[in-house]
Amino acid sequence: MTEIPLHYYLLLSAILFSIGVAGVLLRRNAIIVFMSIELMLNSVNLTLVAFSAFMGNSTGQVLVFFVMAVAAAEAAVGLAIVIALFRNKQTVNIDEMNILKW
Amino acid sequence: MNFETILFFLIALSAIGSALMMITRPNPVKGVLFLIVNFFCLAVLYLMLQAQFIAVIQILVYAGAIMVLFLFVIMLLNLEDEKMLQERNNMKRYVAFAFAGGVLVEIISGIVLSTTGGGARISPEMARLGTVESIGSALFRDFLVPFEVTSLLLLAALVGVIVLAKKKFQS
Repeated sequence: MTEIPLHYYLLLSAILFSIGVAGVLLRRNAIIVFMSIELMLNSVNLTLVAFSAFMGNSTGQVLVFFVMAVAAAEAAVGLAIVIALFRNKQTVNIDEMNILKW
Repeated sequence: MNFETILFFLIALSAIGSALMMITRPNPVKGVLFLIVNFFCLAVLYLMLQAQFIAVIQILVYAGAIMVLFLFVIMLLNLEDEKMLQERNNMKRYVAFAFAGGVLVEIISGIVLSTTGGGARISPEMARLGTVESIGSALFRDFLVPFEVTSLLLLAALVGVIVLAKKKFQS
């Protein structure tokens, strides 16, 4: 059983992370921006699991567990903020959410 | 090219393809569905890395719980005129592509230039380390305090979400 090198997993994770960055920068829909953030978190999880597997240490997988818990909390709070903003402004366009901008 | 390598490239290509589709679809519901495809691809990769527990909670927590939350919010908001939301002017678009490409080049150069400390292949005891038993004993022995703090974090998020999302009553 030949193995896939660690670098392949890291490169895939880098590509997914960059796609997430592009999504955050390109899209104006706040929900799609959140989904791109989830994509970036997942690519980092892939890195952690890959390193954990190649080093033979399960600590990385425990860290992935905590990242998933934080991601769940972040998604819930973020979507609640989107709902609150939509109630005030009737839009999810992030270019119109500028009340904190000076 | 053995079976495992072909499977890896198929899964990697579909993960990248679904991620690209996710950030380019105007309709957010389609974006959520493509992101779920991406999460399933990652779960298969976790299985190839012998991380069974992570693969299962990837599907249960991410594809199950979090994406259903996204779908609920999209349906709750009843969005329209998605075409207008998608357009950015060209200048900003190029700057965004330049930043994303810069991040990609930076990470890849870091990967290529670095010498990693891990072995050349997946270590043989991973099939035992990735199980629920092994992760659970690590969580409840070595990481008990972070685990309890996570429960506090989830409680705080729960309260915060209800306060943020509930209607303001006129007093």
